[in-house]
Amino acid sequence: MSNAQAIGPTAPNLDWSSDQAQRRVRRRYAADRRLQAYGIIAIALAVGLLGVLIASLISTGFPAFIQTKVELPIYIDPAQVDPQDPGSGKYRALVREAVDKVVPGIPEEQKRSIGKILTSDAAYIVRDYVVDHPDVIGKTITLPIAVSDPFDQLHKGVIPKEMDALNWTQVGWFERLDNRGLVVEHDGRMSLKLDVYVNPEIVEAGPPPSGNFAVLAQSSLKAYLPRINDTSLVDMLAAEAPEVIGARIAAEPDIIGKTVQMYFPLSPHYAVLAKGETPKVLNPRFSQDQLAALDILDGKGLVRTPFNWELFFNADSRFPERAGLAGAITGSFYALLVCFLLSFPIGIAAAVYLEEFAPKNRFTDLIEVNINNLAAVPSVVFGLLGLAVFLGFFGLPRSAPLVGGMVLSLMTLPTIIITTRAALKAVPPSIREAALGVGASKHQVMIHHVLPLALPGILTGTIIGMAQALGETAPLLLIGMNAFIPSIENMGLLEPATSLPTQIFSWADSPERGFVSRTSAAILVLLGFLVIMNIVAITLRQMFQRKW
Amino acid sequence: MLGYVLLLITVLAVASYFFGRKRAAAVVGGRQQELHSRPSYHGAYVAAWVGLPSAFLVLIWLLLQGPVIDNLLLWSLPPGTVDGLTSGQISLLLSEIKSVAAGNVFSEPSLAVQDAAARYHSWQIIARWAMAAVALSIALLGLFFASRRISPEFRARHGAEHILSGLMIACSLIAILTTLGIVLSLLIEALRFFDRIPALEFFFGLNWEPQIPIREGQVTGGGAFGAIPVFTGTLLIALIAMAVATPIGLYSAIYLTEYAHPKVRAVIKPVLELLAGIPTVVYGFFAVLTVAPAMRQFGDMIGVPIAPNSALAAGGVMGIMIIPFISSLSDDAIAAVPRAMRDGSYAMGATKGETITKVLLPAALPGIMGGILLAVSRAIGETMIVVMAAGIIASLTANPLEPVTTVTVQIVTLLIGDTEFDNPKTLAAFALGLVLFLVTLALNVLALHIVRKYREQYE
Amino acid sequence: MEAQPAVRVQAPAVPEPREGQSVARLELKMAARDVNLWYGEKQALFGVSLDMFDSSVTALIGPSGCGKSTFLRCLDRMNDVIDGCRVEGDIRLDGEDIYAPRVDPVQLRARVGMVFQKPNPFPKSIFENVAYGPRIHGLCKTKAEYADVVEKSLTRAGLWDEVKDRLDESGTGLSGGQQQRLCIARAISVNPEVLLMDEPCSALDPIATAKIETLMDELKKNLCIVIVTHSMQQAARVSQRTAFFHLGKLVEVDETSKIFTNPTDQRTQDYVTGRFG
Repeated sequence: MSNAQAIGPTAPNLDWSSDQAQRRVRRRYAADRRLQAYGIIAIALAVGLLGVLIASLISTGFPAFIQTKVELPIYIDPAQVDPQDPGSGKYRALVREAVDKVVPGIPEEQKRSIGKILTSDAAYIVRDYVVDHPDVIGKTITLPIAVSDPFDQLHKGVIPKEMDALNWTQVGWFERLDNRGLVVEHDGRMSLKLDVYVNPEIVEAGPPPSGNFAVLAQSSLKAYLPRINDTSLVDMLAAEAPEVIGARIAAEPDIIGKTVQMYFPLSPHYAVLAKGETPKVLNPRFSQDQLAALDILDGKGLVRTPFNWELFFNADSRFPERAGLAGAITGSFYALLVCFLLSFPIGIAAAVYLEEFAPKNRFTDLIEVNINNLAAVPSVVFGLLGLAVFLGFFGLPRSAPLVGGMVLSLMTLPTIIITTRAALKAVPPSIREAALGVGASKHQVMIHHVLPLALPGILTGTIIGMAQALGETAPLLLIGMNAFIPSIENMGLLEPATSLPTQIFSWADSPERGFVSRTSAAILVLLGFLVIMNIVAITLRQMFQRKW
Repeated sequence: MLGYVLLLITVLAVASYFFGRKRAAAVVGGRQQELHSRPSYHGAYVAAWVGLPSAFLVLIWLLLQGPVIDNLLLWSLPPGTVDGLTSGQISLLLSEIKSVAAGNVFSEPSLAVQDAAARYHSWQIIARWAMAAVALSIALLGLFFASRRISPEFRARHGAEHILSGLMIACSLIAILTTLGIVLSLLIEALRFFDRIPALEFFFGLNWEPQIPIREGQVTGGGAFGAIPVFTGTLLIALIAMAVATPIGLYSAIYLTEYAHPKVRAVIKPVLELLAGIPTVVYGFFAVLTVAPAMRQFGDMIGVPIAPNSALAAGGVMGIMIIPFISSLSDDAIAAVPRAMRDGSYAMGATKGETITKVLLPAALPGIMGGILLAVSRAIGETMIVVMAAGIIASLTANPLEPVTTVTVQIVTLLIGDTEFDNPKTLAAFALGLVLFLVTLALNVLALHIVRKYREQYE
Repeated sequence: MEAQPAVRVQAPAVPEPREGQSVARLELKMAARDVNLWYGEKQALFGVSLDMFDSSVTALIGPSGCGKSTFLRCLDRMNDVIDGCRVEGDIRLDGEDIYAPRVDPVQLRARVGMVFQKPNPFPKSIFENVAYGPRIHGLCKTKAEYADVVEKSLTRAGLWDEVKDRLDESGTGLSGGQQQRLCIARAISVNPEVLLMDEPCSALDPIATAKIETLMDELKKNLCIVIVTHSMQQAARVSQRTAFFHLGKLVEVDETSKIFTNPTDQRTQDYVTGRFG
């Protein structure tokens, strides 16, 4: 240390006012701001993606909360429905007659197609109503009947009546020809002005002229758009375009072997495009007659779009317009009930034992390690466990909410145990000591003092665990809790069932357009339940939050 | 029936609580101070003896009744009926008998089956009544035994507390039982799988075509159960997920711990955690509904074909799901770096950015690494997103624009709608499950170990 | 409490040079005038004015919570990083207001080093700990220059001989006293003009403390050192001037010998004689 003075200043002294130093400081601050900007970008990305997720769910799911229905006046003809046995009447005929009456003059061969405007379940809707109200037999009733999925989507504006006839690549080809001035009006028709090499190998002068004019016309067109192999290119020419060649050869036979200019009329869609309009075609899912019939119904004010209560009160259906979540909600409720009844008492008991009573030894360490690891085991592995043990070994019924609830409770237990232990730890030792001090046994201290104080924390953790369980899908899939449940009447703990998340999975797999929007709606319902559960948990925590 | 039995047991237990209490009070003629334990402890003791053994018996009964009746049924069938049947066919036969017994007749069942169905029906009824009778007698025995012990000297409180302790220990054992159940069920089924398919082929084979139905005797056609493409697909998707989640999560954590105003932090942090609370089936649908079509359109625009179920879409969406894991664990790790480190760096004239990159991140690195490992384990075990958005065909590719499959996808597709445990197809799911379980377990143990070591460093 | 006159802030500006007193030869390095500080709504410093001189040690003493550490952190604007902290008043380094808008705290802290109560080496190698400052400020260009600065700093901090063979080992593996000297080496590596020490020995054993105190004696030859200390003996041993803080106010400042033998203020008298604190 004595030589410190001899060494003098450590680093070279920096002149902070020098340009170089100032530049360096500016650079350093720029790096700092850059890091901050990365952080903001990252957060914006994460929050933005969450926003996109929610927005796309809401925008696709919202239409499913309303349902297009036809207020159909139906005469319940006693000739078709036996008042003694209203369950087995000819309801299909009743519905057809009713449609006939509202939209008169449908030719016989179109009745089937017009009938498809209504849901395929229409007859069952009428039947169920009549079975519930047998006194309507012989009267005319007005029942709101859901329209089938394509018309529902059409009426809500999700899918259009007409679609673009040409896609953008086809429009692109046309524009390339148009830009070269090849699109002209000729003889009152929009035509393509093309050079044609009248190949003597393909055509003969005749008379009458013969040969494959169509190939000639098409190859002339392709010569203008080389490197395009799309076969739909030739659709640009009108069907009668090849005749132009025949007519020309008939008029001037000497053009064979020469290249001449010809005017080929454009096909109808491209002709529309040439006039600066967008060519449209009818959506192939509808027929003109169906749309006309729907317009008549709409004109009579019979088409309504009420709130879709059936989304909540109907069970699943093969027809999206009739499918609802009642079965899924019931199934989830049963499974969660089982899960709660098992994991809540067991979780608390295990947590109390580990936190308050267990001696510190290898065995309890093993239990703790186990609990921590179970919390991180992939959910699909719990599904395998349920499959092999509950279904395979114990032979419990497949698809049953009881098994679903048991599997979910195994997954929820670690959460409940961990949060319960945290809640128990938060109770200050002074309370235990006070109670022990007046002669209470350890168990009494626990039951009378510690548990009541820790209860809000325990409940919060339990609700959060239940919320996680509500969203679990994979284990339920493996034990088959994705059954098709068309009615909630026979649901029970041991009957086949489905659940909200597995219903979402099944619907997401269905090709019908209406199921896309119903899947989103189901997700919104599921998220709604989760939000409610979390709000309850947070409120509980805040209400009982105590500072010791 | 089961409901009634359980209700009866509950009612009996409650009644015997009051009975025990009353009896205890009566024994000392109302002079409670002469009792060792307060009357309610006597009541609880009696109630435990009435309720617990009988409820336990009902539980065991329920678990065993199914298999026992099944075996009885098979024995009772005319001799020779089940000879030469595979276990799949046997269980098909059993379910036919059961559905006939339940009254669902689809086609005319054979006479033997009708007989068996009638037997099944009657046995079930017998079993139910027998269960009720046995449960009731056990409950009454418990009542008799326990109420005889009521006396002034009897330490009912100790007795009740011992029972309670025993119950609590039993409950804590469930964690171990669960792990044991997982390990055993995966191991047993996986070993049965390796009986049929050599382990070498499974772990090193390059060809995965499990959907080809393989009957016994035809298993020799090798190459169909090589899981390498499945493993590489899993890794590819996990890698994409981590590539999305790690930078976003880490930079978010840096901003939130070091730069953000506390009010901003209080809002943003829960919003990020929302991402972790969304069920994964929702992410799967989001991938199918929005992300994959958007990517495909983008690919069309720039002239690159992107498969509708590309690894990129599935991995990218999985990355969104994982962001909060990384951000909250990194957040914890950065926040755990002692204030003294920050002070030391600021006092040297470091800017905030320099303090973060040169001091805080290196110091927090173990914690962040632990978080990343946990997230990787999450990504590998994640199921619904990939089931919905990734491919089913196993292809050995590193191209993220092509579809790949994952371990979890294979487990689900192999097992959906199929519970027969006797063909390699379903058993393969358990072999994959075993690999998945072991890998995620190893990652978790490693990650927790790193995180714990790191915490100790600063405590 | 005895009746006291209203607390007076020590008269500002350079003290009158006094015959035969070491202070007289010293140059003014830092000067604080009427410094007030708030943490949110709570005021922690009340009109503190203090001069600190080059080539000398100024000790700040006083009971816990009296604001001496807070004041010290004002001198290199370390309070800036605390949310809701507000400083008023005038603190000058070589006549330049360090709270002026154009002064960059990053540059200021390079000129005013700080050593903390608990040794806080970074979880890096010993070499990188010392090279940290020169690196971020870009003081050196070549590896050799860094090695040179590290060696000089460690030598001045009296740690070179103990660690020269294990510069690559982690700084956190050293003993407490070594860690604190490493932190001192780190602080002086950028050649600061002022060194602030916030109870640098309170976490150390007596032998390590003695080493640091000797070190301070050496360092003060070309530094202005301001030290906060709980130990009056330490203040008496190492400092030339001592300031006594009480309840956020500067009660008295004078030459160390005078503060400990003949303080003006009754509270100072009570504190140094151990009647409270």
